[in-house]
This record gives sequence, structure tokens and C-alpha cells, in this order.
Amino acid sequence: MTQRIVIDPVTRIEGHAKITIHLDDDGTVAGARFHVAEFRGFEVFCEGRPFWEMPGITARICGICPVSHLLASSKAGDALLSVTIPPAAAKLRRLMNLAQIVQSHALSFFHLSAPDLLLGMDSDPARRNIFGLIAAEPELARGGIRLRQFGQEIIEALGGRKIHPAWSVPGGVREALTAEHRERIRARVPEAKATVQAALARFKELLARFREEAETLGNFPTLFLALTGPDGSWEHYDGRICVTDAEGHIVADGLDPARYRDFLGEAVEPHSYLKSPYYLPLGYPGGIYRVGPLARLNVCARIGTPLADRELEEYRQRGGRTVNSSFWYHYARLIEILAAAESIEQLLDDPDLLGDGLRAHAGINLHEGVGVSEAPRGTLFHHYQVDDHGLIRKVNLIIATGQNNLAMNRTIAQIARHFVKSASIPEGILNRLEAGIRAFDPCLSCATHAVGTMPLHVQLVGPDGDVRDEVWRN
Amino acid sequence: MNRLRLATVWLGGCSGCHMSFLDLDEFLIDLAGQVDIVYSPFIDAKVYPEGVDAVLVEGAIANEEHQTLVRQVRSRTRTLISFGDCAVTGNITALRNRLGSALPVLTRVYQENGDLHAAIPAEAGILPPLLDRVTPVHAVVPVDFYIPGCPPPAARIRAVLEQLIASEPLHLEGREIKFG
Repeated sequence: MTQRIVIDPVTRIEGHAKITIHLDDDGTVAGARFHVAEFRGFEVFCEGRPFWEMPGITARICGICPVSHLLASSKAGDALLSVTIPPAAAKLRRLMNLAQIVQSHALSFFHLSAPDLLLGMDSDPARRNIFGLIAAEPELARGGIRLRQFGQEIIEALGGRKIHPAWSVPGGVREALTAEHRERIRARVPEAKATVQAALARFKELLARFREEAETLGNFPTLFLALTGPDGSWEHYDGRICVTDAEGHIVADGLDPARYRDFLGEAVEPHSYLKSPYYLPLGYPGGIYRVGPLARLNVCARIGTPLADRELEEYRQRGGRTVNSSFWYHYARLIEILAAAESIEQLLDDPDLLGDGLRAHAGINLHEGVGVSEAPRGTLFHHYQVDDHGLIRKVNLIIATGQNNLAMNRTIAQIARHFVKSASIPEGILNRLEAGIRAFDPCLSCATHAVGTMPLHVQLVGPDGDVRDEVWRN
Repeated sequence: MNRLRLATVWLGGCSGCHMSFLDLDEFLIDLAGQVDIVYSPFIDAKVYPEGVDAVLVEGAIANEEHQTLVRQVRSRTRTLISFGDCAVTGNITALRNRLGSALPVLTRVYQENGDLHAAIPAEAGILPPLLDRVTPVHAVVPVDFYIPGCPPPAARIRAVLEQLIASEPLHLEGREIKFG
């Protein structure tokens, strides 16, 4: 007879989720499941709408990363128009994407996970949050709040508002960056860099304290997938897809993101609800892969900005050329903030940025278009089919967090097996299950745009540690 | 004077209103000194407590759990505020209503996949059944105040919070009651 323990809700993440742990009579963990309890149905209710509306509608998939959807949707629109957008527009879109990486990663680290990392996984739940952090670590908390603000203010400078800016459109962008705003942004870069460098220093100190967590909060081999630039450098807006394995070998390189269907399958189970992306050539579930900061740093050869590259080198010395521990997502996220801040600084000096020409104008030239970019949480695909009038016939969205769902499920099973000894689970252990999810910085509003749960893998593990039974379900 | 007991809840939405709340930026530090946040996705409380002075409710009512939770929130809170356009009107979350009910929306997702045996998941007590019709919050419980916006800008949120802290009557006007 199994006992079920429920964590409801999982807090300090984006979206609605629960974790269930199933125990045998003797307290052995029979399995752990990650349930996402939300659904809105974007892929369905967008049918029939003009593709011009899609950036604005799909932005509302998520309040943390609307920019990701704006950009991927605009790029799908660019493809339907068959245009190459003017250089100023491309660079302005890049600037907004970098700003979003800063604010979203800052939120994940400072507002959501730092309470665990700095106050402790077992600390008083009543204080273990951003408000408790403000009291205990005022300087760090203020720095983190201002770092997120830095990213948000760039988005506002470009798009007129911080959340759901109506700015990037098929063919380009609607407004230029003023010289005044450019200088205001430039003035805030040094503080942003200082804040993230201080956070990196703190995190490196913490690594020793969280050795057990680094080993057990989602530490297992998978493939890694991300966009890269032409020389294998860190890329967030354009580029080609590269896939590497757990030992760092390149499995595939230079893949055209628009042809994602050739190499990404969406696994379907007999009772499956949410399709689970996997790397087609390796089948399911062997083709399990991770996306996001951990993947991007594993996959890229280098970042291309000086401070971040120095940090990346140290990261690789400490963790190996390819890092499989999901706990290290936090470390990777901080390096990406630094990379973004340096890239913003470089981009501000690019003469193209203030150039004329923000829009390429055309009518429908293709009936199918795919737009891909790196959202903070991983690679994002918007795939639209339209009729002659540009009305949506079909939408398929592959969302970053969805691509991590197998890994998240495996993570909580690993944490449960390691830490849960009986039906009486200490609060700090329940929090570690949640912390395992927080490391992925999941965006569940995004992941469940269309479906209400995530596929789950339940393993029945006997007292001797052998896997007695395995069920893929959803 | 007792500190204001404030809560925030997110239902069927995108969390953008909560992100706009975080756009209060350093005012969050002042807020931490003036109010007690007793329930919120940003803190680790698992049960909505009794005796809440004011709650910001983001999101539309889209599943049975939203219904149950918002009723519990209503019964334990003095001032319930519909926070953002999804809570106020249904907005984007309600766009699936034109399909008539939940079933065609759920099954349409599977019909595109040829080899899928369509099965709508049900785990009792865990996965909440979808409501056939998404509604604003006030269709389920009485609402004391509305903050429109998609999301409401941080300055608008701050104006209301300051009124709550000062125990003033809640009031927004002009540009501050725009949707979108």
C-alpha cells in the first residue's frame, strides 16, 4: 500500500505546480511526480487570428518572459513575409533579448532561489523569501532588485512598457532607441556588472556548503541543446542549433532551427497529455535533453565577452567542461547575466543600433514560418501555418521549460530517493524537492500554454535500490 | 497599529501582474518594513491564512481549483482586489471560451497527432478539472476593488498599496483605470 505525500503548491517558481511522493509501507520511495496544474490553450484559440496579432497574444503566455515570445513570434512572422529585417531592427531586438536575460535570470536567482541558497534550505519558511532576504542581506537584496530593474528599464526604453511591450512585429520593430535612453542604459551597466560579480563570488563560496545538493538535485547525464553562433559562441537570438552529450561530444551541429521537426520528436504516451520533446536520432527516452543556461554553457565554445569568459573558464575548471549537475544552473545563470551585461555594453556602441530602417515591408509570401530564439530558460520555437490572408491555420509552440520536463521529473525522483527516508518528511527535505525544480527556473505558464500537465516517469524502487518497475505516464 | 496583512494569489493568468508588482523595485524594501506578506507565490506559505486584510488576485477562474481557492480567499479576507485584466474581465485566459467548452479545446490538441491515444488526464485531488467557461473573479465571489491593466503598471499598484497601508478608501481614476 502506498502513501502519497503532496507538496501543494510548489512555491517560489513561476506557475502552478505540485509534487507528489509515493511511499511504500516501509517508507521507501516508490516514486515522485511533478504535476503542473494550469492550462489556457493558446495553440487552439489562436487559430483564425491574423499572424500580426501573434506577438501580442503570445506575449501573454508569460509575464516573466513575454519578450521571448514576442521575438520568436516576430521571427516566425518574418519567415511568413520572407523578409530579412534591417540591421537596426535586428540589433534592437537583440538588445531587448539581452535585457530580458538580465531581468529574468536576476528574478530567478535573487527573488526566487537566493532565499534557499543564502538563508539555507532548512531555514524558517516564514522568512525564506525575498522579504526575509531583504532583512537578512539588505545590500545583496537591493542589488538584485536593481539588477532586475536594469533589464526591465531597457525593455521599457525600447518598447514603451516593461511587460508585454507592443514593439517587435513581423518585419522588424516599431520604435527606435533614442540617444538619451542609450546613455541612460550605459550609465547603469557598471552597477549591473558589479552586482552580478558579487553574486558570483558569494555563489562560489556556497558551492562547498551545497556539495550534497549539487550531487543529488538533478545530477545525471543528458544531452544538451542550444543555439550557437557561427564559431560555436554563446548565442541568444539567431544562430544554429548544436546538441552535445553528457561527456561534451558534439552530437549534432549547425542544425537549422526552422527544421526542428527533423531532429526533435514530441513523444506521445498512450495516456499522454503533454508531448515530451526528445532528440529524435536517439529515440525516447534516450534522447532526453536539457535546455537553458546549463545547456548553453555546455554547448558553447566560449561566450565572447571578457569577464564572462573568465568566469566560464573558472566554471569549467570547477565543474568540468560539461556539467551535468542541475544545481549548477544557478551558477550558469549568473555567468549569463554577466555575459548579457557585457554584450549590452558592446551593443550600445554599435553604430547600426541607431540606424534608420526599422521595418521590412511585405505581404504573405510563405504559408509556413518558424521563429526560434533562446529564451532565458532555453530554446523556444514558434511555428505558424497561415492561409492566404495571413490567418492562423495551425500553431505549434515548443517551449523551453517543456523540453526540461523529463529532466525535472527525473530530478525530483532522484532527490526523493536520496533524502526521503520515511513518511515523516522534514520541511527542509520537502523544500529540497522544490529547490530541485527551482534550479531549472521553470516557466510553467509557458510550458502549459496548451496542456495541463507534464509527462512523468515513475520508478518503483525496492529497498535494495533496484528499479523494480518503470512506468511512463501522463 | 498592527501591520497590514497582505496577500497575493495567482489563478489563470501569466504571472505578469505579479511581475509588475515586483517592478515596485526598491519600494518592495519599504513594503517589507510596513506590511506582512502572509501568502504569496513568492513565499513558502502553503495554506491561505485567516484574517487577511487585503489580497491581490491575479488571473481568471479557469479550473475547479481556482474556484475553490478564490472562495476560501474571499472568506478569509477583508478586501479582495481583482488584479489585472484576466481577473477583471477574463482577458486572454478567456479566449478559449469561444470554443464552447473545455473538451474541444483539450481534444483539439491531440487530433493533430496521429498516433496519439487521446486521454485527458485525471488525478483526483491533484489535477483540477477545467471549467467549461473561463470567467472573471467577480463571477464567483464579490470583489471589493478592481485594478485593470495587462499588467497594471507598478505605479498604479503602488498607489493602491499606499491607500491600503494608510487605511484610505481605495480609488483610481482617469488613466489609471485603463485596460491593456
